[in-house]
Amino acid sequence: MKMSDNQLLETIERYLNGEMKADERKKFELLRKENAEVDSKVVEHKLFISLLKQYGERVELESRLNAIHDEIDVHTLKENLMVHPIWIVQFWRHHHSKISVAASIGIIAFLSAMWFTGKLNNSTNSEIIGLKNKMNRLEGSITNQGRYINAIKSEKGKTTVDKYSATATGFAITSDGLIATNYHVVEDADAVFVQNADGNTYKAEVLYTEPQHDIAILKITDKSFEKLGTVPYTFKRGEGALAEQISTYGYPDGYPAYVPGSLSSLFGQNGDTLHYKITMPINPGNSGGPLWDSKGNVIGITDSKEAHFEGEHFAIKAKYLLDAIKNIPADSLENKVILNKKNTLTGLSEAQKAARAKNFVFMVKVY
Amino acid sequence: MSKQLKDSTPTDSEVILGILNNSETALKKLYTAYFPMVLQLIINNNGDADDAKDIYQEAVIVLYNKVKAGDFELSSKLKTYIYSICRRLWLKRLTQINRYGGDIRDFQDFLPIEEEEIEQHNDRNIQFTKMESALKLLGEPCKTIMEDFYIHNRSMQDICERFGYTNADNAKTQKYKCLQRLKKLFFQQK
Repeated sequence: MKMSDNQLLETIERYLNGEMKADERKKFELLRKENAEVDSKVVEHKLFISLLKQYGERVELESRLNAIHDEIDVHTLKENLMVHPIWIVQFWRHHHSKISVAASIGIIAFLSAMWFTGKLNNSTNSEIIGLKNKMNRLEGSITNQGRYINAIKSEKGKTTVDKYSATATGFAITSDGLIATNYHVVEDADAVFVQNADGNTYKAEVLYTEPQHDIAILKITDKSFEKLGTVPYTFKRGEGALAEQISTYGYPDGYPAYVPGSLSSLFGQNGDTLHYKITMPINPGNSGGPLWDSKGNVIGITDSKEAHFEGEHFAIKAKYLLDAIKNIPADSLENKVILNKKNTLTGLSEAQKAARAKNFVFMVKVY
Repeated sequence: MSKQLKDSTPTDSEVILGILNNSETALKKLYTAYFPMVLQLIINNNGDADDAKDIYQEAVIVLYNKVKAGDFELSSKLKTYIYSICRRLWLKRLTQINRYGGDIRDFQDFLPIEEEEIEQHNDRNIQFTKMESALKLLGEPCKTIMEDFYIHNRSMQDICERFGYTNADNAKTQKYKCLQRLKKLFFQQK
């Protein structure tokens, strides 16, 4: 008797579930004994189905645990459980070189005082002079140390304010916090934060980069980040039109600014096809900003790394951004990237466009 | 006072019986009782709150499976056992990500945990990851059919109705086709 794979599976299932009558069961057990292939299929099926069931149980247990976890106020707990002397360690890590300098100055002063007194210790009188000198030097070294300590203090004050090394621009690709910017903006960054139009700052991580196209995709990882509304613009894979009116919105110097311009060439530097040449008064802080056509489609990423002639800049074509989004490894994403397909900027005035889009454009702060 | 303490920290046997009886209350009590201890361990040893959540949930799962399998012997306090497992898992993780500085700041007593104690758990995690990605690759409607039938124990009739199969035989054929493919996808992975 020859069975199809499906029939065999069905038989195995009935056998394992105890759904066979006594004589059929006997027959099947005989077949199992005689036919090693059937036997191994039975074993494999049993193991596989049990693994599948266990997997299901694990998923369920994890979601139960997550539900319990969500009720815990982790933030408050964390504040209370952090061992506090840690700030001294951090202070030491940041400033140990300066502290060492201050300490060594103290030591030098002390040693020279010792040497000085040692040299003159043959009479009481000179001992007194020596002591006086020692006092003077100690006083000097104390003043010096005071100065160093002040210098350190003022530096420490600065770090607590805001010490990012550069700012640029980025814009939302999806409402759940994927942000496009230039690779050169986040290259070698220790930490990346993004700030929205309301001035709220969120921690982000560099999810994916394509250095050859100067593209980076960030992901806002901050717990306090709430989903944005629907992204109002769409992304245009096709080429923009020469001489078209274009615009960008970004943070050229840490403050938001709308900048209009025109698309002056479909080729970049020396005829490269990665870039558009754009004529608009932007500066390095605009790097990573969205470049919109007159209808509000994103046609590129503003890339103002270098300017050759006044007002002449480049932008990376949106096609490369769309390809980069596709190339993000699936395992680094929680959800599949679904791009907005409906442009709600079309037909609006420039002022209305800027007002609607500004919540989707972020200042990128790099530390 | 003593009553309050009793309410927030469950006794060890309460937890074990609770797990065996699928009690949601016991699981919740267990979870909330020992999470702060593990959070303290992780955030003071180069980790953050998310790391603490991951590590702690893994330890709870290890305990849960051991209890369910009937091979959990309580040879120390449950608290010490959980702390020790988390400590072991975190040390391993720190080494993997090259963040281990050579010593660890401890907050509780702990027991030495042998590799084999968590080996089975790790093996199973690998199998589950494979199953997860095989199911993902399998796509719809197969994924839901497999989950409904084998995990949620839904009847074929239910599944027929959900997917609009008019004929029970068609649904059955589809089910076995899906299963064949799922097996193939699972075993193809390294």
